[in-house]
Amino acid sequence: MANALAPQKTMTLGEGGLALAFAALALLSIVVAAKAYTPEYAFHAYLFTAASIAAVFAIINRYYDRPAQPTPLTIDGKPNYNMAPVKFATVAAVIWGIAGFTVGLYIACELAFPFFNLDLPWITFGRLRPLHTSAVIFAFGGNVLIATSLYVVQRTCRARLVGDLSPWFVVLGYNFFIVIAGTGYLLGITQSKEYAEPEWYADLWLTVVWVVYFLIFLGTIMRRTEPHIYVANWFYLAFILTIAVLHLGNNAAVPVSLFSPKSYIVWSGVQDAMVQWWYGHNAVGFFLTAGFLAIMYYFIPKRCNRPVYSYRLSIIHFWALIFLYIWAGPHHLHYTALPDWAQTLGMTFSIMLWMPSWGGMINGIMTLSGAWDKLRTDPVLRMMVVSVAFYGMSTFEGPMMSVKIVNSLSHYTDWTIGHVHSGALGWVGYISFGAIYCLVPWLWNRPLYSLKLVNWHFWISTIGIVLYITAMWVSGILQGLMWRAYTNLGFLEYSFVETVEAMHPFYVIRALGGLLFLAGALLMVWNLWKTVNSAESAVPASLALAPAE
Amino acid sequence: MSLWSKHAIFEKNSIVLVIGILIMIAIGGLVEIVPLFYLKNTIEKVDGVRPYTPLELAGRNIYVREGCYLCHSQMIRPLRDEVERYGHYSLAVESMYDRPFQWGSKRTGPDLARVGGKYSDNWHRDHLRDPRSVVPGSVMPSYSWLEQTELDYRHVAQDLKVQALLGVPYTPDMIANVEVDVVAQATTDSPAAADLIKRYPKAQARDFDGDPSRISEADALIAYLQMLGTQVDFKLYDDKANIR
Repeated sequence: MANALAPQKTMTLGEGGLALAFAALALLSIVVAAKAYTPEYAFHAYLFTAASIAAVFAIINRYYDRPAQPTPLTIDGKPNYNMAPVKFATVAAVIWGIAGFTVGLYIACELAFPFFNLDLPWITFGRLRPLHTSAVIFAFGGNVLIATSLYVVQRTCRARLVGDLSPWFVVLGYNFFIVIAGTGYLLGITQSKEYAEPEWYADLWLTVVWVVYFLIFLGTIMRRTEPHIYVANWFYLAFILTIAVLHLGNNAAVPVSLFSPKSYIVWSGVQDAMVQWWYGHNAVGFFLTAGFLAIMYYFIPKRCNRPVYSYRLSIIHFWALIFLYIWAGPHHLHYTALPDWAQTLGMTFSIMLWMPSWGGMINGIMTLSGAWDKLRTDPVLRMMVVSVAFYGMSTFEGPMMSVKIVNSLSHYTDWTIGHVHSGALGWVGYISFGAIYCLVPWLWNRPLYSLKLVNWHFWISTIGIVLYITAMWVSGILQGLMWRAYTNLGFLEYSFVETVEAMHPFYVIRALGGLLFLAGALLMVWNLWKTVNSAESAVPASLALAPAE
Repeated sequence: MSLWSKHAIFEKNSIVLVIGILIMIAIGGLVEIVPLFYLKNTIEKVDGVRPYTPLELAGRNIYVREGCYLCHSQMIRPLRDEVERYGHYSLAVESMYDRPFQWGSKRTGPDLARVGGKYSDNWHRDHLRDPRSVVPGSVMPSYSWLEQTELDYRHVAQDLKVQALLGVPYTPDMIANVEVDVVAQATTDSPAAADLIKRYPKAQARDFDGDPSRISEADALIAYLQMLGTQVDFKLYDDKANIR
């Protein structure tokens, strides 16, 4: 530093340490690959080896290419934002989204026409269904959350992201986890806990990535130059923290061996069921709700250029939501061998959860006060507002389905699938699309290629969602009623397979709905592709769109 | 000063916010999960429930691997139609050795909690090979490769060891005899079957997949399916004694 003309370039502790850690991981992975019990596990060990070696090379190359001085935190008094990892996660989200929707369409076809299983182990419904759910929740949704959170935390704190290599470790490490998880499902590596199927070694890897994610997010908040932590960051923080707790609790397992992909969970039977749905419902509550509410609290005010409707409502919304959500898990276990007291608690809190959910919906929608006309002219904003409306609808449907007597009909049927998809396609999907349509022009500093295409995307996928959820309502309620139908002589009226056959037309309609949703998303990809490949704007988007105060 | 302004403590101190979040999310989980480990009436006192034999456990792991739980529940609810369709409602004790539990959440196919003994081994083999040959309206994928794949049971002893570590009552005798027990259970009229049944009461031992020349993954899976829900003798079970 003393010699201003030729500063001495030295490797930072982070660079050296991380390179060494990856070198050690590469060695360990080679040993594991050589002694693995199954070829599938050896394949994963080789993937770890290759990724670790690539990481070592990437770190060293980057060291040679970078300037000697550390990246400045501010340039001309303005924060020097670190947006490259955000760009990566945004692109990853779009790619995984298309993959996840496509697999969803495929398994919908498998249920309508079992021929599509093609007698191949790797693509049976049982192996592809976790691939679909993980691809849309964790790969698509997760990358949207990482991209938007790292964007929002920088802008609302007016501070550069903490860390030099660590943000890259988070986005690349997270996507590597997705690759391990996804290929594992196809090869039959699963611990069979819904939405937590990856085995112990993938879970350990995700834990490391997630802790670093938490640290850079919190570190950036601590570095803020704004006095207050913006409401979106409360929700992101609750999402990151709670997912960490849930992940550790639900994946507490003992591996059979270092050389085996198999592990056994420390909980068993009824306790395991309770832990699983404590996890499962709060994966919905914190991953798919709190995280995406953070997106709502930043992107809707930004897009319509109005302040959040009510500051006080956002405080109540936040604390009530995170407190109540965690109790709702047992509604997945009504009338099971779980003790009644736990079921009743789960139902009671699920009904109470209706209130903060609608409080949040009101806060989101009423933010448009004074800007309602934009719904007509801005299809991106319309997409986000309709998303919040879907949120309101599914957070009414959810508490209703958690009432035990309703649940006795709806449980085990397609009604649940329909409910999940009105939340997933309508709420999570649309708020994500809206955020991506905002982010890509901001990050690449180019105007969006076509609003008309956004309009088409909106309408095509809306028709798709409506077909999907109505088909599932009808099939779910129909099947539930058929299961409990009696003849006038007091016999069960339908055999099980008769109720399966009755589902066929609705499964075809559902697949059609999925096809439309995918078609809409493909329009988005085309639109974004044209946007990124157009000429850069003269006025930097970052100046035109100042951070929210 | 209104109470609202006090919220600035959370908005200006990230660590306070983190602690506040952790406290809020801890309460519900603790209240609902912890008592399940010490309230004695969570799991009924019933005779007959034993750990899985090595072959059944291997079959169960195939059930897990193929994602069967995504379409088949193993949890009969105490509702009139379910009890008539599937049998006695499921007890917590019946899944006490299940790691992880397989209660499921969707019935694209029927519940399997008491499928044991309901169909013949041949039916299961045909059904796995080509579901529509026995159930024309079925939408289940075919699992024909299971009977063509040899069961890899070299490491099942380690599975038992880990489960014993977690509290499943596998004895050293059981762990030492894993491979003997696998072969004995998958063979019709095996002389070693008597020892197997001594270790695992009511274990059914025979060639399950119709091909005595080898032990296939279908052998293991059918052995598992045939024992599901058969451990508790409901002629002797007194549900009044276990009111929760």
